[in-house]
Amino acid sequence: MGFLDALVAFANYVLLPGITYGSQLALGALGATLVYGILRFSNFAHGDTMAFGTMATILATWGLQAMGVGLGPLPTALLALPAGILATVLFVLATDRLVYRTYRTRKVNSLTLVMVSLGVMFVMNGLVRIVIGVDDRQFADGARFVFTAAQFRAWTGLTESLALRTTQVVTVALTVLVVGWLHWFLQRTRTGKSMRAFSDNENLALLSGIDPERVVAIVWVLSAALATLAGVLYGLDKSFRPFTYFQLLLPVFAAAVVGGFGNPLGAVAGGFVIAFSEVFVTYSFKKVLGYLLPAAWQPEGLAQLLTTDYKVAVSFTVLVLVLLFRPTGIFRGKSA
Amino acid sequence: MSAATRNVLLFAAVAGLIVLTGFTQSWNAALAIVNMGLISAVMALGVNISWGYAGLYNIGTMGFVALGGLATVLVATPPTEGAWRAGGFRIVAALVFGALVVAAAASLYRRLPKGGWRRSAALAAVLVVGFYVYRLVLDPAVAAVEAINPALQGNLGGLGLPVLLSWPVGGLLAAGAGWLIGKTALGLRSDYLAIATLGIAEIVIAVLKNEDWLDRGVKNIVDIPRPVPYEIDLQSSPAFVSFMSGIGADPGAASAIVVKLLYAGLFLAVLLSLLWLCEAALNSPWGRMMRAIRDNETAAAAMGKDVTSRHLQVFVLGCAVLGIAGAMMATLEGQLTPGAFQPLRFTFLVWVMVVVGGSGNNFGAVLGGVLVWYLWVQVEPWGNALMALATSGMADGSPLRQHLLDSAAQMRPLVMGVILILMLRFRPQGLIPGK
Repeated sequence: MGFLDALVAFANYVLLPGITYGSQLALGALGATLVYGILRFSNFAHGDTMAFGTMATILATWGLQAMGVGLGPLPTALLALPAGILATVLFVLATDRLVYRTYRTRKVNSLTLVMVSLGVMFVMNGLVRIVIGVDDRQFADGARFVFTAAQFRAWTGLTESLALRTTQVVTVALTVLVVGWLHWFLQRTRTGKSMRAFSDNENLALLSGIDPERVVAIVWVLSAALATLAGVLYGLDKSFRPFTYFQLLLPVFAAAVVGGFGNPLGAVAGGFVIAFSEVFVTYSFKKVLGYLLPAAWQPEGLAQLLTTDYKVAVSFTVLVLVLLFRPTGIFRGKSA
Repeated sequence: MSAATRNVLLFAAVAGLIVLTGFTQSWNAALAIVNMGLISAVMALGVNISWGYAGLYNIGTMGFVALGGLATVLVATPPTEGAWRAGGFRIVAALVFGALVVAAAASLYRRLPKGGWRRSAALAAVLVVGFYVYRLVLDPAVAAVEAINPALQGNLGGLGLPVLLSWPVGGLLAAGAGWLIGKTALGLRSDYLAIATLGIAEIVIAVLKNEDWLDRGVKNIVDIPRPVPYEIDLQSSPAFVSFMSGIGADPGAASAIVVKLLYAGLFLAVLLSLLWLCEAALNSPWGRMMRAIRDNETAAAAMGKDVTSRHLQVFVLGCAVLGIAGAMMATLEGQLTPGAFQPLRFTFLVWVMVVVGGSGNNFGAVLGGVLVWYLWVQVEPWGNALMALATSGMADGSPLRQHLLDSAAQMRPLVMGVILILMLRFRPQGLIPGK
């Protein structure tokens, strides 16, 4: 049974966390990449948009919990999600109206917009800290597991075990749904086509009668909704803390750039590339190798490439390598 | 009003704000603002060199500042007894070996024909075997060093040299890292360069946090030797006490102020010499060339200017100044705390300073550095006062009131963001515009 045990241990510690984290990064990267494709700047406020959306959702969750409304085994936060998305969308649209729009009409270079997004990042960061505080917050409720490690062991009789958490299933299911819908939206609908046309060639799109303000507004709505979803799923899976979300900006950007900045399909792929390299490089393979190798070949140490503290370094090493050897990303992105 | 008068008035206004702090709060607090303000000004100067002179978007500020801080540890702290014998040389050997492996991989990548599986296989083999051997050499040595008196040391320690020497060393360390990074990343487009440098800064911090043999990681290095006397030594010196009593000052409070003044003198000397060097460089033919490159790279290249190597040069210079600032900061604080490095404070705040002061102008960067640092410090008490006023109508025990009062301390990023947005909108050239 050594091989099966190895497989189960690998699935439990690498595969499942990787897929879950990858889905969250993919959603976050999708939002950043859409903004880049249409508005042509790297939005440094994206991480804090995720934090803002999660904060709004948590507040709505508390409200629902206080009223005694819940979703049974599913987290209440899912019910609060529309409210969180609505609040974030309104905030982001207001930011566009008050801050970004004037630069768009002036046709400034992308670096000015990056600087402006730094300002927005500061503001959102401050707002989140003021409203909800800087502490760690758990807001997942409902059933914790779809099946627990003990149940799995009882079914299979293996030494190793596998636990499947509700949040992992919710994350993957929602990601598949949303990515599928977004693909359909961009490929098939009139609005989606106009967005892609705008992204490919702005002037041609304008000549064809596409309303730029409408396209921009839709991009902000999509990006805010995706950011909120990604943030809430990450928070349900782990926990919500403003500072962690600010740092999520780094792997999210890495995912978007690795996939080809401006390319939605690439952002999804990039999310999984980054997530799996982080989990893979920092996982100790001692256990897995223990089942696979004969006793004489057992590794002495943890068989871990890097300690878990280097997670952040991993995503960026991948990013820098991709930038150096394939600057447009795995899939061809925009090189404005 | 001429530009020169206006600039003098701006500097006078900032000085006035700090003097006001001295009268309303305490001179100790005012001098603390001055000291960190001077260091912030050096940081802003460093960012201004790469951004203002050449338009390079380096947001890895935090990493270079931290490397400068590391220099104080490596230069000024006493060496750990027996650490070099236990594993120090082996660690150095492992690092050199690691560098050789990377160099070998890079040379293979260049030499072998492009495409095909041969190059990939050779690269993978060199890197995998190299990494394995590297860890084989490194790990036992690290374990041996970290086992030495782990509660207090557990690192290699430094050279035990005067701490002032670590300031130029910090500059060199950051410049070296900047050269490596510039060599690899400067070819990237502007906002990719930004993302890459942001990531590299995080990697530097991750290394400082985790390589305990180097700097004790998150256990922090404390007691970095000082270039100025300790307060307690001043208080026990009869000459100092009798002098201070003679002019009617309390020796305890006076010792703190004297120490801060001495630091301020050192920092001011560094700042003024850097400022003089920067101004001389900016007004030289070299400075004109840099501005030409910034304003139109293609035209400058057509005139025969080597844009790539000038970019690398100016990037490395900017990093060096950031390293000096980092070493000064670690000296002032007397400790290196890798866990305290956060991009909001050490990267983005420095950028706010440059934007507020005026990018491309050295005096602007200095003004922005001191002014924004002043605001960063003062927003917290102002926020508290504002919240106290706004909530004064609420019931005393109300949880909302308590929450608002508690969160007032978080006003800083909000105010900085509003300042940045307003400046970019209404005065993008900054308080003292560049030429």
